[in-house]
Amino acid sequence: MSGSEHLYQDRTPIFPRTVKGRFRSIKWGILALAYGVYFLLPWVRWERPVGPDQAVIFDLEGRLFYIFNMTVHPQDIFWLAGFLMLAALLLFFVTGVAGRVFCGYFCFQTLWTDVYIWIEKLVQGERPARIRLSKQPWNVEKLRKLGLTHLLWLFVAFLTGFSFVMYWGNAPELAMQFFTGNAPFPAYFTTLFLTTTTYVMAGLAREQVCIYMCPYSRFQTVMFDQDSLIISYDKQRGEGEQGRHKIAKDYKTLEERQSKGAGDCIDCGYCFQVCPTGVDIRNGLQIGCIQCGLCIDACDTIMDSMGWERGLVRYSSEKELAGGKTRFLKWKSIGYGIAISIVAGLTIWSMLNQAPMDMHVLKMRQPLYVTLSSGEIQNSYEVKVNNKTNREVRVRLEAKGLDGATVDFGRFEEVTIKPEKNIRIMARLKMKPAPGMPKQQNVTFRAIPLGHDDLSPVEFGAQFFLP
Amino acid sequence: MSETNKQEVETTGHAWDDGTLQEYNNPLPKWWVWTFYATCVFAIVYWILYPAWPVGKGFTTGIKTIEYQTADGQTVTTHWNMRALLQQEMQTGEEAVKQREYLEKITSSSFEEILSDPDKMAFVRSMGKVAFADNCAGCHGSGGNGVIGLFPNLVDDAWLWGGDIKDIQTAIANGRNGYMTAFANTLSVNEINDVSAYVLSYSMEGGDAASVQRGSEIFNGPKGGCTACHGADAKGMKALGSANLTDQIWTVADVPGAADYEAKKAAVMSVVKNGISREMPAWSGRLDDATIKLLTVYTYSLGGGM
Repeated sequence: MSGSEHLYQDRTPIFPRTVKGRFRSIKWGILALAYGVYFLLPWVRWERPVGPDQAVIFDLEGRLFYIFNMTVHPQDIFWLAGFLMLAALLLFFVTGVAGRVFCGYFCFQTLWTDVYIWIEKLVQGERPARIRLSKQPWNVEKLRKLGLTHLLWLFVAFLTGFSFVMYWGNAPELAMQFFTGNAPFPAYFTTLFLTTTTYVMAGLAREQVCIYMCPYSRFQTVMFDQDSLIISYDKQRGEGEQGRHKIAKDYKTLEERQSKGAGDCIDCGYCFQVCPTGVDIRNGLQIGCIQCGLCIDACDTIMDSMGWERGLVRYSSEKELAGGKTRFLKWKSIGYGIAISIVAGLTIWSMLNQAPMDMHVLKMRQPLYVTLSSGEIQNSYEVKVNNKTNREVRVRLEAKGLDGATVDFGRFEEVTIKPEKNIRIMARLKMKPAPGMPKQQNVTFRAIPLGHDDLSPVEFGAQFFLP
Repeated sequence: MSETNKQEVETTGHAWDDGTLQEYNNPLPKWWVWTFYATCVFAIVYWILYPAWPVGKGFTTGIKTIEYQTADGQTVTTHWNMRALLQQEMQTGEEAVKQREYLEKITSSSFEEILSDPDKMAFVRSMGKVAFADNCAGCHGSGGNGVIGLFPNLVDDAWLWGGDIKDIQTAIANGRNGYMTAFANTLSVNEINDVSAYVLSYSMEGGDAASVQRGSEIFNGPKGGCTACHGADAKGMKALGSANLTDQIWTVADVPGAADYEAKKAAVMSVVKNGISREMPAWSGRLDDATIKLLTVYTYSLGGGM
């Protein structure tokens, strides 16, 4: 079929050139911080009265997440909702104000791709060398250099997957098991999976992830407005009246160029060469642009060396490009800011006020009630008391608010709950029905901690049914 | 941005409406096709490993096998299938092993120890609930409230054969045969009426005094001989499983459900006339000791021991 070339598009290989500058430094800083945290955190030890001595460990089997001095119980799952809301709102907020900040500086796809490009450069050399290598026929040199690159990529990918796994168990012990072949199957599978995805995404797919796979890059456009920061090429300055022009005879100084109507862009292509997604920023805002700022660094370097003013490529906004002034304080951003403060405030408040104990009472509904031989009516309940502290807590159970009723907790009227554990107790409540009594009455179950002044009683309401 | 859109864009060459309507060519990236090919390869590998294609009356079984133990302890190796995997997981799966360890703790503990340990009780209530639903709920209902006249209520405090934990264990392991003679041929309708009035007089007001008096003579005398089973105080005997007639609980005659005194008496009369014959099967041959123990404690926790 003749049209088959049209149907599918080969990836155009991108060989980003290295660049030094403000934004590159910021990006290296963020990368160092992120990698430091990600790779080292599982190995940080932490003293706890009970539980593992690892600073951050997600104990799925014990259903507890230990994060420094905080223990997250399954009941606290709504914190996750708080964090997800916060993450989404922050994304909306920052995109509205400053564009794709997340993409350019924080996204793991960008971070890992950066590292992979760095490895590539380390082994194969700068952009021209890499282009030459990719074009030359297969020989020992190409095999050796590409092989080493891919090996190093795989090594980073493996470290990535392996470090992720270390968060879900006692890292030194799990690592030992891992390398002696005794780790649980999910540990190997997760490592293999993340090794593969990291290698494929950061090594092979790269900008294709941002352009074709990432949903955020597609829906971010709706968060942009005229005032959002975007990286843009100052067309007016760069093109002048006659367009950009390379440095040539009679096109050397600004005065010469301006007199000939040429713009300040010397068409060196550095901005295009450093772009990790292969975008030419001079064509305007594009879907492929992750706003990493490297083209700004590139252009600034050139402008500095020319002795001309910086900012031919710079953070700007559609409004500024049209001659206006960027307005940062927008109602939309203020609104997001308020929403972020509320969600962050509530989540932090909830985390600081994590109840040390909680209680839940489930009414047994089959049967709803039963008549006893004495003529009394009995209802049954399942009482759950959760001890989230790291101490053993002894509690006394009682039922209040129902006159004339007697409660029976079996042998567990006073019961000890182990640290970070819960108990489930069957309770029976019985009373003699009097004429005219409502068929449904409220009763409150309480668990009163004994000998712990800092713990207050917890209670839970339930219903008592009569025939 | 608008500048980019004005650039020449490659079209597919299709044109409609005199060429004013054209189609942009936005080709798929190549790796997308590779992904498709990869799924095809995956499918073929899957067909080779696992059961996949119907062939005649059978199917391709795949080369992967699975090993599990049957109920009678035989090790079976078969082509991979979900049912065998379930069997295997139930025998050697991580959770199954954990459950067995916990069950071991229950079997090796005395009733006294289980009842005093909140953790063990919580386990008994969780696993016992499932065993109860599988084996007992068919008659006694999923909550244990039974069916009046047929299957005893296990949630109240009336235990014909005793509500002590040992009694419950015996009942589950060995079964029970509940029997009461039918008096249709021994007593006249009037006499049955009188006896029923007398029986009701234990637990409620109303009824003709003379009738109750006559009934008392039949109940306590040789004619009815009711005290032989129900006892002189009519409170029943645990050893025989005879009912306590003096309390508020009726397991066979639906007295609480009847609207008025006459209907209540009719319910009792029906029992006296027709007698009772009901059976709880023995479970010792069908369930292992651990399950019986689990069910014993579970049932006890429902309403026993009161």
